[in-house]
Amino acid sequence: MAVRARRALPFPAAIVRSEAALPLGLLAPTVIFLSLLILVPIAQAVLLSFQAADGTFGLDAYKRMFNDTAFADSFRNTILLLIAIVPIQTVLALGMALLIHSRFPGHGIFLYIYAIPLAISDLAAGIVWLSIFTDQGYLNTILTGLGVIKEPMAFLSYENLQWLFTAVVVAESWRATALVLVILLAGLQLIPREYFEAAELFGASRVKRTLLVVLPMLKPSLQSALIIRTIFAFNAFAVVLALAGRQLPVLGYEAYDWYYNNRNSNVAAAFATLILALTIATTVTYLRLFRVREGELGK
Amino acid sequence: MSSVAFESVRKIFGKTTALKDVDLVVRDGEFMVLLGPSGCGKTTLLRCLAGLERIDGGTVRIGDRDVSDLPPRDRHIAMVFQSYAVFPHMKVYDNIAFGLRMRKKPKAEVERRVKEGAALLQLEPFLDRYPAQLSGGQRQRVAVARAIVTDAPVLLMDEPLSNLDALLRLHARAELKRLHGEVKRTTVYVTHDQIEALSMGDRIAVMREGQIVQLDTPSALYDRPADVFVGSFIGSPPMNFLKCRARNGTAVGEAFEVPGPPGMDGKEMLLGIRPENIRTGEGPFRGRVLVVEPLGSHALLTVMVGNESIKVVAPADTTLRADEELRLAPEPHKIRWMDAASGKALVAPH
Amino acid sequence: MTAAAPALRRRSASRRVVVDRILLYAAAVFLALWTLIPIYLIALAAFSDRAAIYEFPKPLLPTRFSTDTMTFFVNSTGVLPSVRNSIIVALSTIVLGLLIGAPAGYALARFRFPGRDGFQVGVLISKMFPIAILSIPLAVTFIDLGLYDSLIAVILVHTAMVLPFVVIVTSGVFLAVSRELEEAAQTLGTSRFGAFTRIALPLALPGLAAAAIFSFVTSWNEVFAATILTVRNTTLPAQVLASLNISPLYFRFAGGFFMIIPSLFFIFFMRKYLFNLWGPGR
Repeated sequence: MAVRARRALPFPAAIVRSEAALPLGLLAPTVIFLSLLILVPIAQAVLLSFQAADGTFGLDAYKRMFNDTAFADSFRNTILLLIAIVPIQTVLALGMALLIHSRFPGHGIFLYIYAIPLAISDLAAGIVWLSIFTDQGYLNTILTGLGVIKEPMAFLSYENLQWLFTAVVVAESWRATALVLVILLAGLQLIPREYFEAAELFGASRVKRTLLVVLPMLKPSLQSALIIRTIFAFNAFAVVLALAGRQLPVLGYEAYDWYYNNRNSNVAAAFATLILALTIATTVTYLRLFRVREGELGK
Repeated sequence: MSSVAFESVRKIFGKTTALKDVDLVVRDGEFMVLLGPSGCGKTTLLRCLAGLERIDGGTVRIGDRDVSDLPPRDRHIAMVFQSYAVFPHMKVYDNIAFGLRMRKKPKAEVERRVKEGAALLQLEPFLDRYPAQLSGGQRQRVAVARAIVTDAPVLLMDEPLSNLDALLRLHARAELKRLHGEVKRTTVYVTHDQIEALSMGDRIAVMREGQIVQLDTPSALYDRPADVFVGSFIGSPPMNFLKCRARNGTAVGEAFEVPGPPGMDGKEMLLGIRPENIRTGEGPFRGRVLVVEPLGSHALLTVMVGNESIKVVAPADTTLRADEELRLAPEPHKIRWMDAASGKALVAPH
Repeated sequence: MTAAAPALRRRSASRRVVVDRILLYAAAVFLALWTLIPIYLIALAAFSDRAAIYEFPKPLLPTRFSTDTMTFFVNSTGVLPSVRNSIIVALSTIVLGLLIGAPAGYALARFRFPGRDGFQVGVLISKMFPIAILSIPLAVTFIDLGLYDSLIAVILVHTAMVLPFVVIVTSGVFLAVSRELEEAAQTLGTSRFGAFTRIALPLALPGLAAAAIFSFVTSWNEVFAATILTVRNTTLPAQVLASLNISPLYFRFAGGFFMIIPSLFFIFFMRKYLFNLWGPGR
């Protein structure tokens, strides 16, 4: 009886005939799509930023960006927002996550409530808090009603820059904490119960337990959450616009403004490239900071 | 004709060769068991037969058709999976009917055959339920029914009993054997449990590291293992092996001397003897009892013979105690001589 | 040790537990209120009559309930068309995202192939890019292609935004469907594709629905790209953004509330899959 031997086919025929043909084929659309819509624009943005309107290469766009009166402010504001929002949200989300994780009766309902802001856009969030912080808004109503202040405060005016800033921080925290919450909660649920129980058994108080056991094991999730949160913070745009208009310049808005209103795609691209660079820099920092050594988590 | 033939079947996963040119013929209507420890390739061989893995060399035949390149649906096989793979989103009736419907059988015939299969496996009361409402044992029966009703000439089973608890497994084993008697489909059955293999198989292919080490009937495997591995794998407790050397027709061990196989002067050998084939009281083995385990129907002794410990089966009412010296006699025609170097059996049985 | 001491200790221990419990609930309720009250307030603002918006102090209870503001908003020029556009874009994003991403998720879940790890890393990285920002260079390209100010441009960008999530979620979902189920179907007479449509797909439906809802919400809420890429054929957020400076306050409030409505429903439907969004088991 004839025995058939299969000879190894030469590459790339091997790929086509091999068992890899189907999965690679299923992946191809995604790979192509994402390459075209991410890799290509990135290259384009960088390229654009180094061009002038007539196509010649140079640093003109960057010069105009740095010399823009709003540049220093927008850069500073973006960074400040980041520094303010990220820690607040992380602590808040961690608190919420730990609460939910303790599985008290009714925790399911509370989870849904906390998660509601997930589906709210930054623009809508900005408007929501606009109704609260605006001169005739709800915050002033409550404060004067309680007698804390006599006259409504102009929270959102240029004179009260700190309050403006605070309003943006509050609005963004309110909206995006749910994002961090969901990531942290998923990470919490992965920690085997035994670690909590062992810590409790050995006498650790709740606070100690959290600091010494939970947080280290949560590193990968924290890393994830912080990276994503930071990236969104760099793109902060609509919230600021809704609450502060142009009074609080941020990098995201400047990019939009140069493109849309000034019709200068080169400078806009310069801003975009700057944001991209900042994003990569912070992502790498987070990856370094939260690097989990192999075996550290018993994986 | 529904015989199965593997010819020089080879399967490679990355850097490992899971199947090394395996040859095996399963006769029409035979219940063939593929037995071996995990990783030996038995499941891989089964999946190559099913068409769920593509082979890298050789041929697979069902009847006289070469099915090596055919997808599972064209091979006319039926399979019972280890996890049962009962479709959770369909009722039991629809699960059993699935194969028939895929073959576009007329509705009346589908109904008739599903009812027959359900009767055969006592599933009639559950036809309208969803798998989630069934116990593990019941789901297993659904998987078997689903495979049987398709009338496929070859039935494949991948450790279908291993997820059942011990008592249920006993019962299901007998049921499957009875079923095979009634339905008489060529069956290829994979298991790592040698008791299942001995109980159910017409013939057993013992596999190890991608190759068939011995292909024989259960009793032949039990009495005449081809090597140390088979001898240790089959039977519980496993076969004992004692070191000895041949000298002038005698096998001389550390604590014994017995008549040995002829013509093997100077060879380092292993004397293989099963625990239940050793008599206590008198004989050529000198030993000391280490442990006595009363197991109800018999007693299991752990005995030191020289420097080696062996197991011996004694009657339940034995008076032997730990630390007692005793003499043992292996039944001469049950001894299996092995070459110490290669581990393979030395002489043909008397 | 007298008999009284253990009893005393037990009582104080249980009191501590009760205090603990109360603190827990207090914290949980406080956070819940913090989340819900602003939504209540914006709803209040949106459903008061226009004059009430300028009143001070503001009524904290729905005493001035009126659909005036909302009606005004809905009937304002450009609002209804932009809502229609938002729906079209969001639905198209779902379709395109699932069509492209689900097969990739399936491939990740079922197959081992060269480049698998690289692909997974690539997907994770693309998740981290500020894709909205990329719409600036993309706008230039779209102008050249004649796609500027068209919904197609927005659909493409939104699809790129949701694609990484769709791939991750669907791969998790298909992983949860045992491979043996599809193999069993194949031995029973289906083709590979048949096994996918009859077995894997029905069982994966809840997860796919979650991916679809997530895609819808992301697209519905997206502001930056939609604003950059469109001028007249805008989506709702872009429309509201464009008029932020010039529209009266009540218009903005109504717009804000209007944008939130779908979100409230969607989170309810998506609750089981909230954790899968960010990667299987991270």
